[in-house]
Amino acid sequence: MRLTCPHCGERPHDEFAYRGDATLRRPDPAAPADPEAEHSFVYLRDNPVAGHREHWLHAFGCRTLLVVTRDPATHAIRSIELAAP
Amino acid sequence: MTAGRSFRLASGGLVARDAPLRFSFDGADYEGLAGDTLASALLANGVRLAGRSFKYHRPRGIVAAGSEEPNALVELGAVGRREPDTRATTAELFDGLSARSQNRWPSLRFDAMAVNSLFAPLLGAGFYYKTFMWPASFWERLYEPLIRRAAGLGRIAEARDPDRYETVHDHCDVLVVGAGPAGIAAALAAARAGAKTILVEEDFVAGGRLVADRREIDGVGGAEFARAAQAELAGLPNARVLVRTALFGAYDHGEYGAVERVTDHLADPPPFAVRQRLRRIFAKRCIVAAGAIERPLPFGDNDRPGVMLAGAVRAYLNRYAVTPGTRAVVFADNDDAARTLADLALAGVEVAAHVDPRPGAAARLTAASGVATRAIEGVVTRALGRLAVTGAASVDAAGAAWRVDCDLIAVSGGWTPSAHLTTHLGGKPAWREDIGAFAPGALPPGMAVAGAAAGDFGLADALTGGWAAGARAAQDLGFAPPPPREPKVDPDAPARASTLRVHPGARGKVFVDLQNDVTTGDVALARREGFRRPEHLKRYTTLGMATDQGKTSGPLGLAELAALEGREVSDLAPTTWRPPFTPVAIGALAGAHVGPDLQPTRLPPAHAVAVEMGAVFVPAGPWLRAQYYPQGAESGWLEAADAEVRAVRAAAGVCDVSTLGKFEVAGADAAAFLDFAFANPVGALAPGRVRYGLLLRDDGMAMDDGTVARLAPHRFVVTSSSVGGPAAHLHFDFQRQARKPDLDVRIENVTSQWAQFSVAGPRARDAIARVLDPAFDVSDAAFPYLAAGEARLAGGEPARLFRLSYSGERAYEIATPAQWGAGLFRALVAACEELGGRAYGLEALNVMRIEKGHVAGSEIDGRTTPRDLGLDKFVAKKKDFVGRAMLSRPTLLDPARPSLVGLRSVEPDARIVAGAHLLAEGAPFDARHDLGHVTTFGHSPTLGRWIALALVKDGAARIGTRLRAVEPLRGHDALCEVVAPAQFDPEGSRLHG
Repeated sequence: MRLTCPHCGERPHDEFAYRGDATLRRPDPAAPADPEAEHSFVYLRDNPVAGHREHWLHAFGCRTLLVVTRDPATHAIRSIELAAP
Repeated sequence: MTAGRSFRLASGGLVARDAPLRFSFDGADYEGLAGDTLASALLANGVRLAGRSFKYHRPRGIVAAGSEEPNALVELGAVGRREPDTRATTAELFDGLSARSQNRWPSLRFDAMAVNSLFAPLLGAGFYYKTFMWPASFWERLYEPLIRRAAGLGRIAEARDPDRYETVHDHCDVLVVGAGPAGIAAALAAARAGAKTILVEEDFVAGGRLVADRREIDGVGGAEFARAAQAELAGLPNARVLVRTALFGAYDHGEYGAVERVTDHLADPPPFAVRQRLRRIFAKRCIVAAGAIERPLPFGDNDRPGVMLAGAVRAYLNRYAVTPGTRAVVFADNDDAARTLADLALAGVEVAAHVDPRPGAAARLTAASGVATRAIEGVVTRALGRLAVTGAASVDAAGAAWRVDCDLIAVSGGWTPSAHLTTHLGGKPAWREDIGAFAPGALPPGMAVAGAAAGDFGLADALTGGWAAGARAAQDLGFAPPPPREPKVDPDAPARASTLRVHPGARGKVFVDLQNDVTTGDVALARREGFRRPEHLKRYTTLGMATDQGKTSGPLGLAELAALEGREVSDLAPTTWRPPFTPVAIGALAGAHVGPDLQPTRLPPAHAVAVEMGAVFVPAGPWLRAQYYPQGAESGWLEAADAEVRAVRAAAGVCDVSTLGKFEVAGADAAAFLDFAFANPVGALAPGRVRYGLLLRDDGMAMDDGTVARLAPHRFVVTSSSVGGPAAHLHFDFQRQARKPDLDVRIENVTSQWAQFSVAGPRARDAIARVLDPAFDVSDAAFPYLAAGEARLAGGEPARLFRLSYSGERAYEIATPAQWGAGLFRALVAACEELGGRAYGLEALNVMRIEKGHVAGSEIDGRTTPRDLGLDKFVAKKKDFVGRAMLSRPTLLDPARPSLVGLRSVEPDARIVAGAHLLAEGAPFDARHDLGHVTTFGHSPTLGRWIALALVKDGAARIGTRLRAVEPLRGHDALCEVVAPAQFDPEGSRLHG
């Protein structure tokens, strides 16, 4: 598997650390406690066949966190962007 | 008996007649030639019995001439180099090669285990699910050991593999798999266009069928054509030909795996040469020209030594100049037979009969090839003979039975494209009615197929198709393609694959899968029991498993199942082919990453000083750390660590803590970020102060701990544990970018940039003063407990000083850039020794942290919360931080959860060991009465007892009671007293002493 880092170019997956679902939003700490939302944030994950947005950190490179949109059926990479532009 | 005679032809073949090679098989000595495989050399010596089969121990011979060989599996090498299940057809002969047959006792010719054949009804499809089941207790003690001894192929190596392996990365524009006619043409086209081209070939000679058949291209012989092409490619700066290199897998985004056999074929490999090389090939385009695999035909006892694929017979005749028999029967149902007949006749092998079921075909082909033989319009029903073929029984169209004496039956049921690599990424092969076989279907991005692998079996089609594929790949990548080529070749007759069924008159076992001993009877039985899909049939009968992965048996199995089901083969889906295409040694996959080199070893800057001091080292994650520094007559870790603890508690000691993860965190929002990352309020630190820091995961479990020091309003230095450094780094970078992208903060990992030492003990201040710039005030007034600041060493080198204590004594941590680490350590050891102290290692450090009840990685095990560890007093109440919300889950607040306690042995010498389980006194030793476990232990010279930390249910409530610490594996059982985690100086008065 190859990922094209916006900073470093095309690199083998060995250089990256997988950090899971990139669509998760951490519940607002200022909002009233919502155990369901917290549970969902920590434990519940979707596995959409249509395409998965996931975090990959270029650990052996520029240390940038990337949002990779990948087709889980074919492993085709649809897009790669910076998580914190 | 054929042994003792030479079956080598007087001339021809790609063998070096001036280079005889000695080898042995089952202890007997033979001679072969350079250019032989073990299989061809055995046949040249008349050895046709090569092994015994998997379940029934039936005698087996050589069936093929390439990597599809299902039968002739032998053991090579000895001790650590022993390699079982090596295909004799791919093992390149070298001087001194020693091979042994497998799965026989006491000898290959007489195998006592052949009695298994008598029990065949018990060993049928899925036998391990049905027989040998009762009584259940017999399975483990009786049935399994017996079956394991009687069945199975090969023995694994007895010792560690002494050879070296390596991994390399190759990058190219065009990767061509297979150096047959199509692959050679593709590589030439791509390389001549200027594309960076790699041609890989699993064989040690390029050419494929060009060296196995007598062919002519533009007036040049096939072998000569292949040799010239290989030479041309080798001479181009942008092309490489890798022989002995098997491409075993296609992976995502243009990555391919190949294994190169570097020295397997050498009698005396050069020292330091690797045995095999794993090649990770990254290619923009890939052309699969892997050829086709010939299909056997089903008849009774079709596994007898001497039944051989017709294409393999021709390979032995033409490439190796070896006759695999003296009197042959050719049994085929395609026009390729003409080539087989002609080659046998040319080699002087008598052709006893040519059997072909197609109307008029046998007579037509026999006449066309000009070979004088008996043409039989019919089928072979049974191979006669046991240790070797002695004849063929056949039935003709009129129903008359024939019996022909022979020692070789050359069979061909046509060819099946080798589509394996095209399906590794999930593609499915597609049925091709014109060739009667499955061929590559939809291809992964960047892949093309050419030649026989694409179902183009004719030589002209292979050459033009290969050339076009190579040109197209180059053109796709922006190179100007070379003009099309139309070579003139000798005519050939592409064959549609056989639809032949077993003749009703067949007698004996009809094998579908030779390697797994699967017969047509097994297929029928499996189907009767409901295993009606190819994937189910494969799991139930093992058809298509093991080293050959069904290369020859797959099509036969599908045809048999389809016939029984009354369906067309095209309606069935072949079983999925997955990597590896051919067996790959685990050693090749591991490469250099074995033993101590599993991962790189990290050494702290002062490592050499510890070595000079005679330290004993212990691995801690990737680090090598000093465990203890034995002095004088100290005999081992216990005496040395006891003395080191006493020295620290009485005077001063120095410990290398350079391995701690170290991070610089800077920026206007550095304090805000650290407050979010850590569970305790670290952002409120005043400049010049340091404090404990606790990291949690999102689920509220403790992740790691360390310290946070504020050197300036916007500049912090953070430490983590030694082993947890990389994970903490990842955590910081992830949290900053994923959760707090708007904060102005930079994080830099400076673990390797700084050496750091802990100096502890009542005289620690004196020791630290001796190495610091005298102008730096280390008085308690100027540098109190939990102070932090930048300083200079006595020589002016930069330093950082933190007043932190892990041991419970007055202590300092001092850091300096790595290049001065060794010098600083030397100076600190000298200072401590002058004050009556010494250096101390990880063991003494651990004993002192247990005495003080400090947690480390053995307690922060991913299942413990701050509350479990007695750290909840640190957890912030007001601010937000990673893991906060999940901490209040009711189950995590259950007081019965295992929590941290200290343990102390009641008897001074009763050792408590890590991993021991804790039980109430008098309770039985079983899981139901388990109360918890010991996480870490040591011997406390201070308390004169073995001490430990443990996680125990209702921990706080058990303080003051006694528990047993039982570790049955090594026989430890110690009665201990449960105490508060801080067993020594619980008030902390010594921190200021």
